[in-house]
Amino acid sequence: MPNKGKIVAGVLAPHPPHLVYAENPPQNEPRAECGWENLRWAYERLRKSLSHLDYDVLVVHSPHWRTQVGTHFLGVEKFSSLSVDPVFPNLFRYHYDLAVDVSLAQQIHDQAEKEGLTVKMMKNPHFRIDYGTIISCHMTNPTWDKPIVGISSNGAARYFNMEVLQAEMLRLGEATRKAIEDSGKKAVLLASNSLSHRHFTVEGEVPEDMSREHISNHNQYLWDMKIIDLMKKGKTEEILSIMSDFTETATAETDGGSLSWLLSALKIPKYPAEIHGYGSVIGTGNAVVEWRTPL
Amino acid sequence: MSSTGKSPFGLVLPGLPQILLCPEKNPGWEKLFLAFQQLRSEMETQSIDGLILYSTYWPSVIGHQIQSYPEPQWTHVDDEFHDLGSIPYHFRVDSDLAQTINEQAKARGLHSRTVSYKGFPIDTGCVVALKLLNPDNRWPVVIVSSNVYADRAETIVFGKAAKGAIESSGKNIVPIIITSLSNRLHTHWIRPEEDHIHSLKDQEWNQKILEFLSAGRLEDVSQLSRQFHREARVPKVANFKPFWWLASVLGQNNFYTGRIYEYQPVFGSGAAIISLTPSDRAARDLEFDENDPEKFLGERQVIS
Ligand SMILES: [Fe+2]
Repeated sequence: MPNKGKIVAGVLAPHPPHLVYAENPPQNEPRAECGWENLRWAYERLRKSLSHLDYDVLVVHSPHWRTQVGTHFLGVEKFSSLSVDPVFPNLFRYHYDLAVDVSLAQQIHDQAEKEGLTVKMMKNPHFRIDYGTIISCHMTNPTWDKPIVGISSNGAARYFNMEVLQAEMLRLGEATRKAIEDSGKKAVLLASNSLSHRHFTVEGEVPEDMSREHISNHNQYLWDMKIIDLMKKGKTEEILSIMSDFTETATAETDGGSLSWLLSALKIPKYPAEIHGYGSVIGTGNAVVEWRTPL
Repeated sequence: MSSTGKSPFGLVLPGLPQILLCPEKNPGWEKLFLAFQQLRSEMETQSIDGLILYSTYWPSVIGHQIQSYPEPQWTHVDDEFHDLGSIPYHFRVDSDLAQTINEQAKARGLHSRTVSYKGFPIDTGCVVALKLLNPDNRWPVVIVSSNVYADRAETIVFGKAAKGAIESSGKNIVPIIITSLSNRLHTHWIRPEEDHIHSLKDQEWNQKILEFLSAGRLEDVSQLSRQFHREARVPKVANFKPFWWLASVLGQNNFYTGRIYEYQPVFGSGAAIISLTPSDRAARDLEFDENDPEKFLGERQVIS
């Protein structure tokens, strides 16, 4: 029996492609002058914080791998290809080369299945990794020296409502935690979503022109601040209880269930989260937030 | 070419991968596969210079995107149905027509852009429909996106941009919407032989739409879009837009001969292959009560 595994940290790790674009890593084709520094510096602080942690794997739940039939898991050891963002192809054309911890993915899959969730392993080697997964992982660990587990998001918030999705995600979070404990591995979890999510529908000549960047509307800003305040106070149970309202009224990207999954996997933390930073990207609200699991 | 280009007819096509990758597994999927073949062989006898696809499977946020990469080539895998197999594709795009649509859209006040990037992820719906309808690239194509926030006025104007581009091209171009009717998929795995429309309500709405279209009542269906969106669509975007676009390109009226080639369930959704050919006689002379904007005057912030 191996040592008991553990989730050593959970992170709200949003994935606007603008952040990778503005970082100018060699993997991304377009070049930027600057941009969205408050969020990029937030990710810098996250990376610094995680650099003191010993962990084996990043487990990422992405709103941009959307499935309607349950939850799917990447099930191929290696993926190497080009990811072009269908919405912002001018900003994100990223050559990725990543490793998947298929055995942990299979364990989470099996645990979720045991608990009655609909699940599937994705075993097609030609599958293209979604840009949400890539961006959250790149911003968290740009060296890609850890394998990942990639988890799809389910469309139940649109098919039914947010309550239905959240109920499933709470179960998936528990299954994720149990499987990680059984695996003996140390994992960092990434919920790859923005908070409020109303975009501008136009873009300037220079996408990184920060004189144009602001939140879409004050309503969204108030909601984002409310959620962040609860995170700071360790009141995540309250976040879950207002998740439906938040998702609907702030058109939040929590409709993919990533944040609900994360909070559940972290046992609905009562300790304060570390807010590494908040900023808007093309009108949407984004926070980089870390929950460091107590020793 | 100096004469005015036109659309000889328009098409409604489904885009789920079962029809292409495993039609033999369900008699209904096979009927759709065969209907694609029949449509294709009929089209090959006609004078057609190209296709424009409006895809509900390609959402955009920044205005409207128009595919202009001359030869997109990739091996596509669907996010959901990845176990059905991979779909290699190599398409031929009419980049000039894409540019003209873009210019016309901008002149009408829309935010739009062409996208021309190696490896751009063409959506499952377009890949499936083009592999079935246009496997040898007989006709060059343009693909346009569906903006998630756009509503009727913006979509009508975007359709007019395509219509204007077709006219100025001097060519015969077929506008195509890639869409299911009801779009609710099963949320659990089914055996192929168990496939059925997800609910009776979806089925009844699909049949109502088919009844209208078989009578050539495109504008009536266009004007039913909002209600259809509420009744028979999983609300993933602001509204059900493809028939607004198609009516705008073909002409906002009921003067059509409608032909239903096939209608079948695919994984719970309503998949139909339909042609609409302009004719002299209106199916029914209803009052068209929605306005007919020529220019887009900007977003009115009706959705928070
Ligand atoms: Fe996103």
